[in-house]
Formats: sequence, structure tokens, C-alpha cells
Amino acid sequence: MSAKPIPGTPVFTGAYAMRGYALNKMCFSLNAPENRAAFKADEDAYCAKYGLTPQQREAIRSRTVAKLIEAGGNVYYLAKFAGIFGLNVQDLGAQQTGLTVDEFKARLQAYSVHNEDVKAGRLTNV
Amino acid sequence: MSKIIGSVSTSHIPAIGGAIAKGLQQEPYWKPFFDAFPPARDWLHAAKPDVAVVVYNDHGLNFFLDKMPTFAIGAAGLYTSEDEGWGIPTVPPVQGAPDLSWAIIEQAVADEFDVTTCQEMLVDHACTVPLQLMWPAGWEGIRIVPIAINTVQHPLPSARRCLAFGRSIGQAIRAFSQDLNVVVLSTGGLSHQLEGERAGFLNPEFDDLCLNALINKPELLTRYSSHEIVELAGSQGAEILNWIVGRGILGGAAREVVRNYHIPISNTAAALQVLEPA
Repeated sequence: MSAKPIPGTPVFTGAYAMRGYALNKMCFSLNAPENRAAFKADEDAYCAKYGLTPQQREAIRSRTVAKLIEAGGNVYYLAKFAGIFGLNVQDLGAQQTGLTVDEFKARLQAYSVHNEDVKAGRLTNV
Repeated sequence: MSKIIGSVSTSHIPAIGGAIAKGLQQEPYWKPFFDAFPPARDWLHAAKPDVAVVVYNDHGLNFFLDKMPTFAIGAAGLYTSEDEGWGIPTVPPVQGAPDLSWAIIEQAVADEFDVTTCQEMLVDHACTVPLQLMWPAGWEGIRIVPIAINTVQHPLPSARRCLAFGRSIGQAIRAFSQDLNVVVLSTGGLSHQLEGERAGFLNPEFDDLCLNALINKPELLTRYSSHEIVELAGSQGAEILNWIVGRGILGGAAREVVRNYHIPISNTAAALQVLEPA
């Protein structure tokens, strides 16, 4: 079933889940510290073991979130890969939006003007 | 017969676990988030819960895409956390309540919810961070029934289905033969999006609508498809489905005891809502 696309929002459907299976499986394996060590010791061999497609291998090599997503990566699994480099979700957000990390954080912060309204439940009337 | 004393719904952002581990609760960034919890804990501890039914989504600790259940119910005697890969510390194990788990499973299947039962189940930050927030000194004497909802791989269950699933669970708890006080802990959300060019998207207006509707008009949220929820709340904002299940468990009329809303925590609109039966 296809729904109208949401701009700037990849929806992790079955098509993505199939396309990204090897990549996500490799990232899932990085939960284990010995696997993170093996990845760091020999990235090529580790990626080969999981049968990454050339597109996925290139995406991993480039450390580019947009390419990893395009290759079927799901952000929850990619977070385990990003963790190896000490990157958090603000770093990932900045990279995907073309902002610096400080600019990305400022964009999030800008929404805080609504905090008191939502706390009081006065933005909507249901 | 068991009693549902109320529900605590909270964001489960991993960075919260990191902040707890580093003792940052009173730092300016974290204070507006953590300061909302003492009143919620006072309420909770006064209600003397025996069991917490925790509705959450797994982020790739227990479940992978090889087998992705839509609704999974833990039926273990003990639940442990484990390395999630990016540095959140593990926490002490939590006792299970398998007899209540099976009562819930029996009721859910009788109500035609085809659940996955898990006699072994690792619990990730989405289950453990809320436990840390509600029982910061430890959860000795508290048992849990973890219930994992697929909010990750589409198609997701609909909001309508989630509300109905919750109601079935609530019925099982109320009919359970033992005299237990049960609290519902639903976790995740509110609006946030981690991936794509729209990463960093938040929607306070939709969050406000959800919080207001969850008090006594949860049916309002069942008008949205999962796709519409992603559009309005962001990709990971779909975790509101956990809250909708939780509201279904709570059942009838409710009263809001505590509400907090704070942007930003990490990339997320962080929220806390405590409801009790009216």
C-alpha cells in the first residue's frame, strides 16, 4: 500500500527492510563489544562477512548518514554504527540537514517557545 | 482481583540514561526535565505498585528485522539489559511477573490479538530508562510485564488497534486472580525525527493534542493512520502508539495528575504524563 510521501522523511517500509537487511544486520551485530573491536580491526573483512552490497559498503566507507539510509539502513541500527565513532543523534541530524551541530541544536531549541503552552495544554482544544 | 492504579507515560530518550549515570540531573540542560519527576514518584510510591506493565518499543536489542513481532509480550521470570552498542550503561535486572503475563496473553488471544510470547527477552533503554526515572534508588520488590510494540518497521499497528489491544490487556489485569496494584508505564515520544532532511522536526501542537486527547478522548487519536502519525509526529514520534496502548490499559475515565513538556532533550520533545482513574 503506498501512501503519499512525506517530504524529507524516509519511511522504513518492507522495501527498505529488504534492501537494507545485510547493512542493518551488520549494525545490529555491533551491540557486542567483540564485534565492534572486529569491525575496527578490519572493516573490509567485517563488511564482507555480512555480505554488504557495493552501495552499502560505500555508504559505510563514506560515513554518510543519507547514503546509509538510502542503502536501506534504519536509524536505530545505524546508531550502533555511529556509536563506534562517538557520534550522537544531533551529529546525525546536523549531517543530514547540512547544518553545523550548533545550528542543528539551535533549530531544536527554537521549538522550546511552546514548552509552557503544551505543559498547560492550551495549544489545542479537544 | 488486581487494580490498575494509574499510568505514567514518559519519553525514554537514551541520553536520559547517560545523564542519570553521570549525575547531571540538576544541570541547566536537564533540570527542566528531571524536576518533573519527584511529584510523579510521590504519586507512584503512595499508590504502592507491585507490578509495572511496561509498554515500549525495542530499538534493536532483543528484536532484529529477522523476526519483528507487531505485539510481543514478555513472559519471563527475569529481564536483563545488555550492551546496546553506543554506550548506555546496563542496569540491574528486573523481576518478571510471568503469571500475570500469561493471564494477559490468554485474554489478548481470546480477544483475537495474535501476540508473540517471549520467555526470554532482553529489555533495552525504552524499558529501563523509565524504570530508572520512577525508581531511581532501585526496583527491588517491583515486577514487570514488558510489552513491545513494533513502531519501527512499517506497516505499524494502527492507533485504533493499539487502543483496543490496551483495553484487552486492561481487562486481563482487572480480572487477574491475585490482589496486585498494577501501574502502566508507557514510554517513548513525543514528536521527534532522527533521519532524513526533516531530521530535527518537532510538532508541539500535535503533542499537545495527543496529551489532551489521552486524558479522556483517546478515540480522537484513532482517526490517524500510522503514516499520518509519522507525518505529524516525526518518524520516531510513532512511539505515541505505546502511549495509546497504555491509555487503553488504564481504561475508563481518567484524571491528569502530572504533566511536563520540555524541548529539547536530545532531538526529542520530552514529555511526562501521569493519569489516574477518575
